[in-house]
Amino acid sequence: MTKPVLPLKEVVIRFAGDSGDGMQLTGDRFTMDTASLGNDLSTLPNYPAEIRAPQGTLPGVSSFQLHFADHLIQTPGDAPDVLVAMNPAAMKANIKDLPRGATIIVDADEFTTRNLTKVGYATNPLEDGSLESYDVHAVPLTTLTVAALSGLPLSRKDAERSKNMFALGLLSWLYHRPTEATENFLKAKFSKKPDILEANLIAYRTGWNFGETTEGFAVSYEIAPAKMAPGLYRNITGNIALAHGLIAASQLSGLKLFLGSYPITPASDILHELSKHKKFGVITFQAEDEIAAVGSALGASYGGALGITSTSGPGVALKAEMIGLAVMLELPLIVIDVQRGGPSTGLPTKTEQADLLQAMFGRNGESPVAVIAPSTPSDCFTIALEAVRISTTYRVPVFILSDGYIANGSEPWKIPDIADLPDLHVEFAKTQEGFLPYLRDPQTLARPWAIPGTKGIEHRIGGVEKADKTGEISYDPANHDLMVRARAAKVAGIQVPNLEVDDPSDDAEVLLLGWGSTYGPIASAVNALRENGNKVAQAHLKYINPFPKNLGEVLRKYPKVIVPEMNLGQLAMLLRAEFLKDVIGYNVVRGLPFTTSEIVEATLEVLNA
Amino acid sequence: MPDLALTKKDFTSDQEVRWCPGCGDYSILSTMQSYLPELGVPRENIVFISGIGCSSRFPYYLNTFGMHSIHGRAPTIASGLAISRPDLTVFVITGDGDSLSIGGNHLIHALRRNVNLKILLFNNRIYGLTKGQYSPTSEKGKITKSTPMGSLDQPFNPISLAIGAEASFVARTVDSDRKHLTQTLRAASAHKGSALIEIYQNCPIFNDGAFDIVKDSDTKEAALLQMVHGQAIKSSTHGLIHAGASLKVVELGSVDESQLVIHDAHNPDPAYAFALSRVSASELDHVPVGIFRDVERDEYGSMVNQQIADVIAKQGAGDLASLLSTGDTWVVD
Repeated sequence: MTKPVLPLKEVVIRFAGDSGDGMQLTGDRFTMDTASLGNDLSTLPNYPAEIRAPQGTLPGVSSFQLHFADHLIQTPGDAPDVLVAMNPAAMKANIKDLPRGATIIVDADEFTTRNLTKVGYATNPLEDGSLESYDVHAVPLTTLTVAALSGLPLSRKDAERSKNMFALGLLSWLYHRPTEATENFLKAKFSKKPDILEANLIAYRTGWNFGETTEGFAVSYEIAPAKMAPGLYRNITGNIALAHGLIAASQLSGLKLFLGSYPITPASDILHELSKHKKFGVITFQAEDEIAAVGSALGASYGGALGITSTSGPGVALKAEMIGLAVMLELPLIVIDVQRGGPSTGLPTKTEQADLLQAMFGRNGESPVAVIAPSTPSDCFTIALEAVRISTTYRVPVFILSDGYIANGSEPWKIPDIADLPDLHVEFAKTQEGFLPYLRDPQTLARPWAIPGTKGIEHRIGGVEKADKTGEISYDPANHDLMVRARAAKVAGIQVPNLEVDDPSDDAEVLLLGWGSTYGPIASAVNALRENGNKVAQAHLKYINPFPKNLGEVLRKYPKVIVPEMNLGQLAMLLRAEFLKDVIGYNVVRGLPFTTSEIVEATLEVLNA
Repeated sequence: MPDLALTKKDFTSDQEVRWCPGCGDYSILSTMQSYLPELGVPRENIVFISGIGCSSRFPYYLNTFGMHSIHGRAPTIASGLAISRPDLTVFVITGDGDSLSIGGNHLIHALRRNVNLKILLFNNRIYGLTKGQYSPTSEKGKITKSTPMGSLDQPFNPISLAIGAEASFVARTVDSDRKHLTQTLRAASAHKGSALIEIYQNCPIFNDGAFDIVKDSDTKEAALLQMVHGQAIKSSTHGLIHAGASLKVVELGSVDESQLVIHDAHNPDPAYAFALSRVSASELDHVPVGIFRDVERDEYGSMVNQQIADVIAKQGAGDLASLLSTGDTWVVD
């Protein structure tokens, strides 16, 4: 008997389990199989800061949400249509996010009195009727997995560990995902452990077959490929896109890539990824602390390399003085801040946009730097190229403000043709008579990049105020005023593209203006508002210092400008200060990205006011 | 050694030197300027990087590349430079406050990694540029502006600290002894890896005379225990003997000459050099000078660059197009 197949336009699935249950891996695999099928997609991993919180407890729950569709989408979805809960803790931690009617698939074996008590369930929700408004599938995942593996020489504990693959197989059947890529992935991952490989393959296939045969699932679903621009695609997270963008920039500029970094969540993956690619001549230096990380990057930059440091907010705080030195030395430097919840240690694994003012002003003295921000995971690639262009052209520190959401979230990325990438070639100062280390280029106001090893241009630089042109120590009042203004003018004059405004009717009353990772939820909300007949315009800032030249004009055009930010109004403060425009802040700081619906509601409130 | 026909004058910049009259830094600068022609490295390939403090003005006065950076962080900048530019000769100029207080962490990590840096630690046992507070090497009980009733801190022994970090080259010398300082610079330059040279340096304004006993002609011969590889360690009046795990200062003549410790700077066990470093602390009656330790250890930058060369030799140079299409890809028609 063949089961019926229903077409769907989009689905949001959340895999949730104990942090040791392999939910991130399960989610990753389902994502890859979904990507290869041609659906558009967006992901949101959400995991605890603790590596292994006590098993079966609420703090130990790790989840991975995937939104996939037959059309273009911008967010991982507000609420899951399907929750896969590997234990009662995963159920309890996630049930509040589920709309009525959602599908819940649980490992029934884990719903023991002990596990239920551990998370405060007085009765078993699978039996007490509290889940009546949901479509619940209580599957004994553990028992079925262990039974399927009974022929293998594995301990029960090892056999149980394959239950995530059983769940993956079941979901893959339910949504008609291809299986070949995951099988190949498992073969590569466990090539040296044939028993474990066998166990995972059997569990995966058994999960698939279980769906096919059990009466519990009456139908399966198909989601047609989305219409996307032709080309070669891969799925990519923000951190990987940044790392690959930096390698590309190193190749395009001919500059050696030097990353000085100190491990910190959620930025460490940039260090991990770059350290894999030594064959591109990449040097990764895991320093003794955040200060040494940026110091070594600045030292490498002084020597003519592409000096980069990657960190999160607390690391930026420590690096501040060295970034100030880079401002004074007028050398290229790239500072990647993958923002997380703050202040202090804050929420290390959660997202936030509250480092904007720190990046802009978190140093002593008048200390201008360029600040740019990627808007989606794949946009991190382009932003890396832009950071290198600005930093090497203007010899100035550039902040890249990414955040935990796009750093770990992923989306399909159309791989660019190398020939289409920009030329980032840079000239160093050459041997010459009467060399002046602080003589500015009339166009860019940049001083020469004069690297050691160049005969005849030996000179001394430092953090003490420099005399104009000669770069010698100067305490002269007029010179200081001149140099402060010159450094400010140089950053203000950085060439950045104009801000594009998406306003189909060209007469919207309200503009939604965001920056950084809020692009997806804002774009998604704008679509929803327009579908309901509302006129709204959208614009998204990637360049924050300097702002695009036409920003003032854009702000003046719209009577009402809403600025959604995952902070208490930091961009709004800059806009008010610079343009005297009373923008309307919409601010939420929960450590999670905006949902589409909350931005829709906030906009409707303004529209209907 | 290539004859570049350079002289002291070639290494002297046009900047007016602005240390206090009588400062020990003058003598160190002059010795360095005289030594550099002998180094045989073109001017443009020499870089001096300093932190903050009186000594950190040093780079301005040398006609090479130089950077006067921020407090305590010179080893970090110098590490990034030396690792990415193995063709350069990089000196770090620092003081006791700069390298042992605010920058202590960077100093020990540069030493443990064995980055190719020649670190000159000007130890005057005082904060000079901030006008006279006690430093991490000031003797306990020192009366200064910030310790009017005497300092309570146990001082660092910079040599012990460096050896504890397993530095591969550690030496001590005195600002006014040009010959000894030059010899020490020569040995440090010949060493592959980090070299730490502690230089006792007089601050005539805030800690004048701190090192008189090892500088005055009538006391220094007796106070300085000369360490020369392969020779007995002794001053004009005293020598060193083994005493259990430590070393002990004895009067010459009180023991047989054959019992005196024969210096082995290449001893791979840091315990020996550490014992030497403990012979003197704040008091300077018997101070070992010379090279405590000079052992071969892989230099960090070379290893970093070798690892890259090995990967390229094995896998070929990276190809950007294949990097960008890593992993599972799919085509949309």
